[in-house]
Amino acid sequence: MVENIVSLLDSWGISKAAEQMEFLLNPSNIPFAVWETLYAPLLATVLAYVIGLPLGILLVTGEEGGIRPLPKPLMQVINTIINLLRSIPFLILMVMVFPLSRLILGTAVGTTATIVPLTVAAAPYVARLVESSLREMDHGVIEAAQSMGCSTWQIITRVMLPECKPGLINGATNATITILGYGAMAGNIGGGGLGAIALMRGYGRNQIVVLYVSVIILIILVQIIQSVGTALCVKTDKRIRNKSRKGE
Amino acid sequence: MEPIIELKNLSKTFGAGDNQVSALKDVSISVEKGEIFGIIGLSGAGKSTLVRCINLLERPDEGKILFHGNDLMAMTEKELRAQRRKISMIFQSFNLLDQRTALENICFPLELVGTPKKEARKRAAALLETVGLPDKAGAYPVQLSGGQKQRVAIARALASNPEVLLCDEATSALDPKTTRETLRLLRQINQELGVTVIIITHDMKVIEEICGRVAILNHGQVAEIGAVEEVFSNPKTEASRRLVYPDGLPFEMLPGSSRIIRVAFNGGTAYQPLIASLAIDCGVKVNILGADTRSIDGKAFGTMLLGLPESEAEAAKALAYITSQKNITVEEVRDYHG
Repeated sequence: MVENIVSLLDSWGISKAAEQMEFLLNPSNIPFAVWETLYAPLLATVLAYVIGLPLGILLVTGEEGGIRPLPKPLMQVINTIINLLRSIPFLILMVMVFPLSRLILGTAVGTTATIVPLTVAAAPYVARLVESSLREMDHGVIEAAQSMGCSTWQIITRVMLPECKPGLINGATNATITILGYGAMAGNIGGGGLGAIALMRGYGRNQIVVLYVSVIILIILVQIIQSVGTALCVKTDKRIRNKSRKGE
Repeated sequence: MEPIIELKNLSKTFGAGDNQVSALKDVSISVEKGEIFGIIGLSGAGKSTLVRCINLLERPDEGKILFHGNDLMAMTEKELRAQRRKISMIFQSFNLLDQRTALENICFPLELVGTPKKEARKRAAALLETVGLPDKAGAYPVQLSGGQKQRVAIARALASNPEVLLCDEATSALDPKTTRETLRLLRQINQELGVTVIIITHDMKVIEEICGRVAILNHGQVAEIGAVEEVFSNPKTEASRRLVYPDGLPFEMLPGSSRIIRVAFNGGTAYQPLIASLAIDCGVKVNILGADTRSIDGKAFGTMLLGLPESEAEAAKALAYITSQKNITVEEVRDYHG
């Protein structure tokens, strides 16, 4: 069967069809690439939320008229840093944080090393995503919580975050997909994964079948993440009226 | 009666420079324990700011807010949070937590103070019963009507066993029937649980229906304060009159009279045939420009607008006759407009 496909590809004028098929069918290549594609961005997403979630909350609660206003200059500094980091193209940011990667991980190349630039790029993005989700919060509900004697911490943990959960899940889905996209550029600094294969092998060595297969798998991965995210978002959103729910 | 909440000389200004708006000016109100107190005013009168000052959601620039004689403004944030649990609040837009069921919403204030979950749910279920929604425990706010949402909000407000319930335009988003039902529930809570209720509204009917005393707020100042029947049957200030008789005609449109008086029948006794006896006893004919009866706190009150005759002598005669009647107050209406 493989021979049939190879001869079919050959007949279409695709060069090195046999070599490409061999690469794709080697069970250690594609599954490992999928793993590499997912592990660095997913870890980076988690780390980005560790930094970006509190930052996003701070942006909303700390502003003038927020539930716990912070000094204006401090808010300006935070906003400026976030905007600055978000303006640097990822390709450039990646090489700019080499020293930081070396400091933290002892190396600046390889798949693991991409976690550092991915986190640095994603944290401010996550902060903005969280900020915009929390801004949708109805101020009246916060006022009601205050009237019940809620502390600032209780308002954040028991009112804002649970009430904004669907929006936050949506944001997390977006963040994961965006960071996955950034991760595909990791091939540039010696990282692995489907992006690197498509770039190095597919484009670099003109192995067009490898290129397309890698991209298609990437597309499928993004589709899966989006579907899971959307399903979770709908499931948690109790504001949707016409939704068949069990036990009702 | 001892005062439960005393507002002393509250002032609050928003904005700065040219955009400065004075929301409250030297407002002093004392609310007694166990009463249903109404605060009425047209929009922009400062009602919402005033009610938010009572639990310090809004901090006044000047003045004192005493709860059981203790100054809320002087308290630390922690002390204030403890006091806020005794002063519950309901809102025009209900402000329920959308991601929680009715039962979970009512549990919320109990969770804040660490009530065990089982106990909280039990109390919440009992409160749902109190507000007449025992079958809506598992419903999310989106599945409830406006009136039902407000009932859940009332149950939630009662969960912390408050002494005072602040109602900020709580019925303004509801239809007349639901409004009446909600007001009945508030009265029931006041009578059965002894909760002092403070109602902010722009709607006369709400005040008439359940309030004992009322303060009329106009441009951030208290225009008049007193028992509802007194204030509404015989409003003394221009601001109160505008509220109580909102549909009055402009002075110029009233036919043929230069002097207009408002006659109020107080106290619910049968109306004397005033106009007829005036004509018979004095031979003076007056012009009825408008009449209105309303039920205030269960008693019937009537007011009449009369145009006096052009002749000064006849007008004086009529005025003297009407003034001498029992249970009737008369005042001359100048500058009568809507």
